[in-house]
Amino acid sequence: MTTDFAGNQLIIEFTYLIASVLFILSLKWMNTPRTARRGIRAGEIGMILAIAGTLLHHGLVDYKWIFIALVLGTGIGIPLGLVQMTAVPQRTALSHAFGAFCVTLVGTAEFYLRSPDVPPFMMAVLSMEVILGSLTFTGSLMAAGKLQEVLPQRPITYKGQNIVNLSLLAIAIAVAVYLVLHPGAKQLFPVMVIVPLIFGVFMIIPIGGADMPTVISLLNSYAGLSAAAMGFVLESKLLIIAGALDGSSGFILSVIMSKAMNRSFTNVLFGAFGQVQPAAAAGLEEKTVHSASPEEAAGILAAANKVVVVPGYGMAVAQAQHKVRELYDVLTKRGVDVRFAIHPVAGRMPGHMNVLLAEADVPYDRLIEMDDINGDFPQTDVALVIGANDVTNPAARTDKSSPIFGMPILDVDKARTVMVIKRSMNPGFAGIDNPLYYLDKTLMLFGDAKSFVNSIVHELSTAGH
Amino acid sequence: MSSALINGLFVFMLAAFIGFEVIRRISPLLHTPLMSLTNALDAIAVVGAIVLVGEHKSNFSFVLGVLAVIAATSNVVGGFLITDRMLKMFKSSRPTKP
Repeated sequence: MTTDFAGNQLIIEFTYLIASVLFILSLKWMNTPRTARRGIRAGEIGMILAIAGTLLHHGLVDYKWIFIALVLGTGIGIPLGLVQMTAVPQRTALSHAFGAFCVTLVGTAEFYLRSPDVPPFMMAVLSMEVILGSLTFTGSLMAAGKLQEVLPQRPITYKGQNIVNLSLLAIAIAVAVYLVLHPGAKQLFPVMVIVPLIFGVFMIIPIGGADMPTVISLLNSYAGLSAAAMGFVLESKLLIIAGALDGSSGFILSVIMSKAMNRSFTNVLFGAFGQVQPAAAAGLEEKTVHSASPEEAAGILAAANKVVVVPGYGMAVAQAQHKVRELYDVLTKRGVDVRFAIHPVAGRMPGHMNVLLAEADVPYDRLIEMDDINGDFPQTDVALVIGANDVTNPAARTDKSSPIFGMPILDVDKARTVMVIKRSMNPGFAGIDNPLYYLDKTLMLFGDAKSFVNSIVHELSTAGH
Repeated sequence: MSSALINGLFVFMLAAFIGFEVIRRISPLLHTPLMSLTNALDAIAVVGAIVLVGEHKSNFSFVLGVLAVIAATSNVVGGFLITDRMLKMFKSSRPTKP
């Protein structure tokens, strides 16, 4: 380094260095629930240090508006931090949008301050910052709208969709290349903002509700990369580090999610899953199912040694998680070993189901990941499926013609008895029939998840000990 | 290409590797709080926006800067707050407290 830091500049750089260390420690401590809250403290201290350091910046003249904006932002942030746990996915999508909004605005402001004096490499990263930022902004707003069900969750497709989308992206990149060569072309810059804004909307239109965990993770990755690009533009190492951490986190989560759905990225973005498959009408012979009453279900559960509960998003929709915890309590008291099998895409974002069950006070060491519990199903007396469907469908293992063939599933069908709480025999979200329901060992418990579990709990707690 | 940009590329490469190694080890149990935490950390972009507002080089950059500070601050506050609320809910069935 040949640059000489004078006075404040040295202090500022040191606060940024300490903040970078704290950010990395923050993520490191997130690896287990025991140390995770320490991780938040580290992140908070790092953030406060970095902001305090920035305020020492020698060129600052207008402190009043900095504080007004900080206070207004805090005012918006607090309610966003207090949303219900079922609403966390849309809150997360919204915060990706805010982050991308900030990055796009700063990139735009920097361009107009510096143009035409922008070196080629600088213009290239600035373009990347603005393109990624604006497409993440509208894309995340669309995702939040779909998750909040303000927009239709159903994927919307039309002919030539992929060609339209790819052309939009190509236009944005072409403008970026032109600007790299001619950084004085100020009048073209708005095109590089507006076209990706439109692309962001079109990118999410064909994506269905079931793919939201992958899409949220992917948008997370884009938001991180755009922030890292902003770090290059501002020559801020702290920002490059934070953006790289966020980008790699989003990327890892997207890989995990798409593996859990047995899909590739391109398939999620260009595939428009979730359309009702042309039903195999031929195979619709009259199949019989066995059903049971709450009393019978309670009797079987009381006689079991090992029970695995398989919760799906349907459980959260029915607001049944607190009743499920009561069932866990009453069975545990009777000496039954109860665990929960969590599929990676259970819920609307990565890890969502764990949060919903933790909120209902289910201890986290009872929540077992798919790979760790699948081997235990043959020794399980009862597998109780609540509001989950496709993630338990054995056709994914055996039926090559099934649209979900190859998707990793919970091997519920290997348990000695399977009980499925379900409203009716309608097929699930992806419109795929589930052979699990026709097995001899499967008992269908027809009804609303919350009231059915309540009846079982009532039965178990009143029946003589 | 200036040396600052080359330095930046080195920093990015190293940070991305650290990110991969650290985040790979995080239990899937905590993937939702992880995402809200990285969201809050990512909002460190607020420092760039603060400089834009404070320097007030043009009215245009000032206005964009104010909006950017508001958006990023809401992510900082909201992100840390909800992550903390989520983590508070994770309890073990083993009563042993170290």
